[in-house]
Amino acid sequence: MATQINKQLGDNIFLTTLDAAASWGRANSLWPMPFATACCGIELMSTAASKHDLSRFGSEVMRFSPRQCDLMIVAGRVVMKMLPVLQRIWLQMPEPKWCISMGACACTGGVFDTYAVVQGIDRFMPVDVYVPGCPPRPEQLIRSILDLQDKIKSGGTVNAREFKLRILPEGPSRFDEDELIRIRERNGFKLDDQKYDPVH
Amino acid sequence: MANETTDSKPSEIETVKSRLVELLPGVGLEWSEFRGQTRVVFASGELLRCLNAFKAAGFDQLTDLTAVDLLEYGNVDDRFEVVYCLLNVDSGLRLIAKMHLNEPDLTIPSATSVWFGADWLEREVYDMYGIVFAGHPNFKRLLLPDDFQSFPLRKDYPVKGRGERHNFPIVTRAES
Repeated sequence: MATQINKQLGDNIFLTTLDAAASWGRANSLWPMPFATACCGIELMSTAASKHDLSRFGSEVMRFSPRQCDLMIVAGRVVMKMLPVLQRIWLQMPEPKWCISMGACACTGGVFDTYAVVQGIDRFMPVDVYVPGCPPRPEQLIRSILDLQDKIKSGGTVNAREFKLRILPEGPSRFDEDELIRIRERNGFKLDDQKYDPVH
Repeated sequence: MANETTDSKPSEIETVKSRLVELLPGVGLEWSEFRGQTRVVFASGELLRCLNAFKAAGFDQLTDLTAVDLLEYGNVDDRFEVVYCLLNVDSGLRLIAKMHLNEPDLTIPSATSVWFGADWLEREVYDMYGIVFAGHPNFKRLLLPDDFQSFPLRKDYPVKGRGERHNFPIVTRAES
């Protein structure tokens, strides 16, 4: 039926859905908010610089005000003092918005398995695309943006109603090792005890 | 030139040693030497007097102030060690002065009256070890949040913390 109508209309008029048109526009003009806290930020700058040139993919307009952005790129480790700031900036960004977690530290805490470093930002805020690497190459970040564009184009809606369905936390629900430490301390294991191993 | 400095350095430190013994009569000073670095361990009760004497002996800059937790470290009796790294800016002579400290009384006088540069250094030592510096002009945590409960560089604090890094509200997609 659609083909029949298209044939009659010729090359002058294209028929599409409003959702697809909006998603096409959004996917091809992502405005990133660079939340760069560590060495991933250097790769992020390199991605936007002339050699790799993120503007070839329509997302070069880095804005340092969250009100003007729709893509948060968390590049680097996030410590417990920074996480409330990150969440606040995320909440300040207007809908529709997406989030890329760039690098091992932002995804899982990386090698920084310590008291201060958040073990993956996805435990406390939604993440759309994860980029592995320490730090990832600019090509990997470009790939993640292309993947995000595909994601937006395939499932986006004009009034962003697909986000309303995601009411549950999307982070990992793995076993809490800190809880294990607290249980062991409650049961009287001390540091000098050979059985006490806070790491495993 | 190199010979001159190696020859003059020991004599210089000997002058400083005798001057300090003059300035601090009756205070036990344990001197030791390691790879050209001079260290002195002094009694904790005489802290401000000792620091003023070090300054009078020519050490006009406090390059670093830190602490060490000696829990389960070999055969030592004391829990904490507060370390003052001093520098004589004119001669380039350095001195590492140490003091031992034990629980439960972890309060020592602040060095800010002697070297004002001790301000942030003492706040960091309090932040990480819980050693309180009395008489400090602005005494609060330096790096960690004000409501942080523990002192993370103490050896009896687990390296992964006590759950502080997981204590945050979760922002879901629908509410953001």
